[in-house]
Amino acid sequence: MENFAALTYLAAGVLFILALRGLSHPETARQGLTFGMVGMGLAIATTLLLPQVTAYVPIVLAIAIGGGIGAFIANKIDMTALPQLMAGFHSLVGLAAVFVAGAAFNDPEAFNIGTKGDIHLASLIEMSLGLAIGAVTFTGSIIAWGKLQGRISGKPVTFGGQHQLNAFLGVIMLLMIILLCVTGSAVVFWAIALLALALGVLMIIPIGGADMPVIVSMLNSYSGWAAAGIGFTLHNNLLIITGALVGSSGAILSYIMCKGMNRSFLNVILGGFGGEQASASAADMGDRQAKIGAAEDAAWIMKNASKVIIVPGYGMAVAQAQHALREMADILKHEGVDVKYAIHPVAGRMPGHMNVLLAEANVPYDEVFEMEDINREFAQADVAYVIGANDITNPAAKSDSSSPIYGMPVLDVGKAKTVLFVKRSMGSGYAGVDNPLFFEDGTMMLLGDAKKMTEDIIKAMES
Amino acid sequence: MAEDHRTLTESAADLANRLQDLSERAADLAVQTSDVISQSSAHAQPFIITGLTVFVLACFVGYHVVWRVTPALHSPLMGITNAISSVIVVGAIIALWPASGGFSLMAFLAVVLASVNIFGGFIITRRMLHMFKKKA
Repeated sequence: MENFAALTYLAAGVLFILALRGLSHPETARQGLTFGMVGMGLAIATTLLLPQVTAYVPIVLAIAIGGGIGAFIANKIDMTALPQLMAGFHSLVGLAAVFVAGAAFNDPEAFNIGTKGDIHLASLIEMSLGLAIGAVTFTGSIIAWGKLQGRISGKPVTFGGQHQLNAFLGVIMLLMIILLCVTGSAVVFWAIALLALALGVLMIIPIGGADMPVIVSMLNSYSGWAAAGIGFTLHNNLLIITGALVGSSGAILSYIMCKGMNRSFLNVILGGFGGEQASASAADMGDRQAKIGAAEDAAWIMKNASKVIIVPGYGMAVAQAQHALREMADILKHEGVDVKYAIHPVAGRMPGHMNVLLAEANVPYDEVFEMEDINREFAQADVAYVIGANDITNPAAKSDSSSPIYGMPVLDVGKAKTVLFVKRSMGSGYAGVDNPLFFEDGTMMLLGDAKKMTEDIIKAMES
Repeated sequence: MAEDHRTLTESAADLANRLQDLSERAADLAVQTSDVISQSSAHAQPFIITGLTVFVLACFVGYHVVWRVTPALHSPLMGITNAISSVIVVGAIIALWPASGGFSLMAFLAVVLASVNIFGGFIITRRMLHMFKKKA
């Protein structure tokens, strides 16, 4: 039976790999999802068949309760709330890891890793790692959820000695893990959990709202490492394989997000970005006037264009403007205008956020392009329609070495003949940097709510 | 009759002797097997080595597979990884009612939480991918 279980767990692991492999193209993605679900079903079925598993009633009850809640939430949630949903889900994986570590600590015989109070050394180390990473993931994700949901201020919360405090707590935690290995004491075990919970909060509060794509990916990665840690504790290869897959996936996403902002991972983690710094360049453009236009002007310009590139940002998500946007694009296409969408890697609050929202509004995915694939086309475009985005279009990132976003790859919207900026106000973006593009001759500002403005443009086009 | 009796006791004694012989051999064999087992377990790697091998190779597989994921599907990627990382439910199920101790509330809660993620993660991913269908 044990060998049989090991083989089916291996099959489940392979199915998980195939699930991720399927995501290399939208056409194969749904097949990949099926692989993932079959793999999970196989893993759970195998576990239920293990001879030591006999308590079917509480197991089925627990799966029914959890599954019901999960299905309800996932079916009801708005696509715009996706980033906070992901953060919330990550927190649950973290807490589950804490509980499994706790259960294994209380009852080591169940997993064959020693007896109560006398657990094998290697298992204690792995267990405490799973516990600590799980606990950090739990509270860190809750803070990230709060920031994304707007329950907690998205502004970075910083105080003096913050990094020193975190480093100090980190060192204390290491010492406690050593102490646990020596004594095997339950008090130390739960003290590690408490410390890690506190550390999770402290690590995420200094990080600003727009850095959340990195943080959500990082927590995704942590939830994987926690699962792997538990896999080592329980001597289960499937947990190790899956944990490693998820961990490296989250790490790669974090890396891609950091590169999209030209910032190091460390710089993001240390937080504090997007506060009051960098208002120096504001003064020298204070006397320049931006051209402010109306929906009718924008409608006329776009209807007479031959190529329009739409650049969505977080503002589009907030205003839920994606459906109106697609309607506008439909009208333009009907008029024979070539319409494309340009997506910056860090647009929105999680990796791929804009793509999902556009897909929700029935925008065909072959009209949506990544930054490196479309950046050259702005020079041939008549109009760049920037909706709810700012920093990701800021040319100062290329020219002004004193700018905090200097070096960040940006979309070259300024190369289009006309740039239409849909924005709520003339204010600076998240990074606190002014966008010199607002004051260019070819730029027209459309001030207002992204959805309302797009709908007004549609009306003007139709009349 | 007496002769019969003697042969019976003789054969009983004989049987007893043989039994003793057999049990001695069995004991011998048992000692040998336990020797072999302890030898082989001394030769077998501790799990941490096997686990690390699997872990490192899986990290490489993950690295190469995830880089091939198209950026447009990074959100569904998170959905799927979120769901599969809840495979931790396997550990929770084993811990739920171990033979040695009774019901474990912590393990029960872990199964509930992981199930929220499994169902939630797969369903939200299916919803996302459903939107990425090719449109006419």
